[in-house]
Amino acid sequence: MSGPSEVLQPTSPHQRRSTAASARFYSRGVSVCLAAPLVVALAIGFVYPVTRLVGLSFEGGSLEQYRRLVAEPLYLGVLASTVKVAFIVTIASLLLGFPVAYLMARLRHGIAMVVAACVFIPLWTSVLVRSYAWVVLLQRNGIVNTLLADAGITDGPMKLIYTQGAVIVAMTHVLMPFMILPIYSTLRTLPPDYNRAARNLGAGAFRAFISITLPLSLPGVFAGSVLCFVLALGFYITPALVGGPGSMLMATLIGQQTTVLLDWPFAAALSTVLLTVTLIFVFLFRKTLSLSKGLHSVH
Amino acid sequence: MIGQYLSLVGLEKHFGSVRAVTSLSLEIGAGEFVSLVGPSGSGKTTALNMIAGFEGPSAGKIVIGGRDVTHVAPNRRGIGMVFQKYALFPHLTVRQNIAFPLRMRRQSNKTRIATRVGEMLELVQLSSYGERYPQQLSGGQQQRVALARALAFEPPVLLMDEPLGALDKKLREAMQFEIKRLQERLGATVVYVTHDQDEALTMSDRVAVMAGGELKQFGTPTELYRYPNSAFVADFIGRMNFIEGNCVENAGGTAVVRLSDDTVLSIRAQGLPATAMAGQTIKLAIRPERVRVARRGEGGSGCLAAVVQTCVFVGSVHILVVRLESRPDVLLQIQLPAEGGLPFQERDTVDLLLDDGAIHLFANTERHAA
Repeated sequence: MSGPSEVLQPTSPHQRRSTAASARFYSRGVSVCLAAPLVVALAIGFVYPVTRLVGLSFEGGSLEQYRRLVAEPLYLGVLASTVKVAFIVTIASLLLGFPVAYLMARLRHGIAMVVAACVFIPLWTSVLVRSYAWVVLLQRNGIVNTLLADAGITDGPMKLIYTQGAVIVAMTHVLMPFMILPIYSTLRTLPPDYNRAARNLGAGAFRAFISITLPLSLPGVFAGSVLCFVLALGFYITPALVGGPGSMLMATLIGQQTTVLLDWPFAAALSTVLLTVTLIFVFLFRKTLSLSKGLHSVH
Repeated sequence: MIGQYLSLVGLEKHFGSVRAVTSLSLEIGAGEFVSLVGPSGSGKTTALNMIAGFEGPSAGKIVIGGRDVTHVAPNRRGIGMVFQKYALFPHLTVRQNIAFPLRMRRQSNKTRIATRVGEMLELVQLSSYGERYPQQLSGGQQQRVALARALAFEPPVLLMDEPLGALDKKLREAMQFEIKRLQERLGATVVYVTHDQDEALTMSDRVAVMAGGELKQFGTPTELYRYPNSAFVADFIGRMNFIEGNCVENAGGTAVVRLSDDTVLSIRAQGLPATAMAGQTIKLAIRPERVRVARRGEGGSGCLAAVVQTCVFVGSVHILVVRLESRPDVLLQIQLPAEGGLPFQERDTVDLLLDDGAIHLFANTERHAA
């Protein structure tokens, strides 16, 4: 549900300033011509369908669909677990992705390329393929269950696939590059002299990281977190493949309403709610970002 | 006085098969200002990184005030350092930047830190800038904050890595005196890395000239300027004219050098090793301000005939470029005082008098700085 325009939200004021500068550089006519194709594409491919969708949810000017949504605890439960899963996936991607990004930024060029390839090649592989890979790994007679049983850790195959845990693991795997890349690009621009200066001034390796490198990498952490969180809120393919009926998320619920039950007005209402929730979170993230003083000037 | 002595003993650093620094030994006294100069790739920055602890030496010892710190982590050496691009933390204010080293040393309490930061800001005359962020300051102000931060914890040794490289010429000269004033007032031991030999001569008590990872000469600015021990140092420190010649005789403290078939000079063999034997090519070196010029025929005996190629006025002096008549391949630069106007013009024929005491002789075995 979340279109590309939200995904690109976390721009720093610095970037905004440079856009303003180039707008001054080009004449008004040229600016309009340059922007026109994108504006037209967005209008046809995004604004129009979203407007139609929102309109559809208020069919006949009634709030009937929303009343249904609120009245049935199942739907609110799905919304809550969607936010919860997105939150856990974001935190997990951050905890697993930061060290990778740090490694990529600090290693010598050759080895860094290998690590980068490990990040990029999955990113270039279809989400469908990666999600099916998790099905193969986690299924009843899959690799994980076989290994666990052979090692004597479990007696028989456990139910791994079609659980919320499986959804979280697979989504973390799929979305991690979106966390790693912004953090990496921020760390990459930090001169090594900052760390050296901190060490020289009496900070041990750990304190130098906590008091200098980490705060200076926060813009990348925020950008990556917003990307991950927003993508996770509207993620469809992976939850649809590795998640079961008990671990349904908003996107799969909407898919079910449109393709199985053919209840388009209700699907539209669900979509509108998801869109609104997404926008609220993006707004909150940006507020937090602007509160962290002094970070804007860092690049 | 906060400074302590620093001694480097046979310091080596190899990167694979590349020898970045070879057997570097320096004794630097407490409160002394020493510059490391040399062209890029001479090993001066590597030497500095080893003193700071960012690079471990392949061999050798680093001792500060009697304490062997060769294998001590950089944060436990207590050395101050000013980085080339200052490396001020952009997410901290000026005050927080200066307080950083004090906070890292746990013994200081909050009020003592605040007092100390106030003192340091006053010392570098930035008292009203404490709450600003580094990027809100000019280059010169950032430089002074970096200095205050590095000096806040009274380090026994202060390292500076081309700290003025990013500033324009006027500001650089002002900062040279500023740094010198602070260093003398605090009695700090300073190791200053620069590729600018003028800067090194202006500021230092002693200068270490490095090339190809080796220490070429270590002495006071006057010693290096007047008595360079190699053609490299002679060329690197100040301006120097070189003329290649043939050694005819080298005995009894006098060398006879043939410049061309009809030009033979007899020179006091200052600096020429006795191993330079007759028949070898050697180098004559003379400073531009030590060559005397007269009109043709007025130079007296033992002078060299030359033709003026170019005259340039550079403010404080005139610079003449002349070509020797007997050796058309040799161009010499000559400096003359600027007052009173220049009595020569292009294509004038002149006589050059090379002051016997001003000529240095070097065996022609080494290459000199480009």
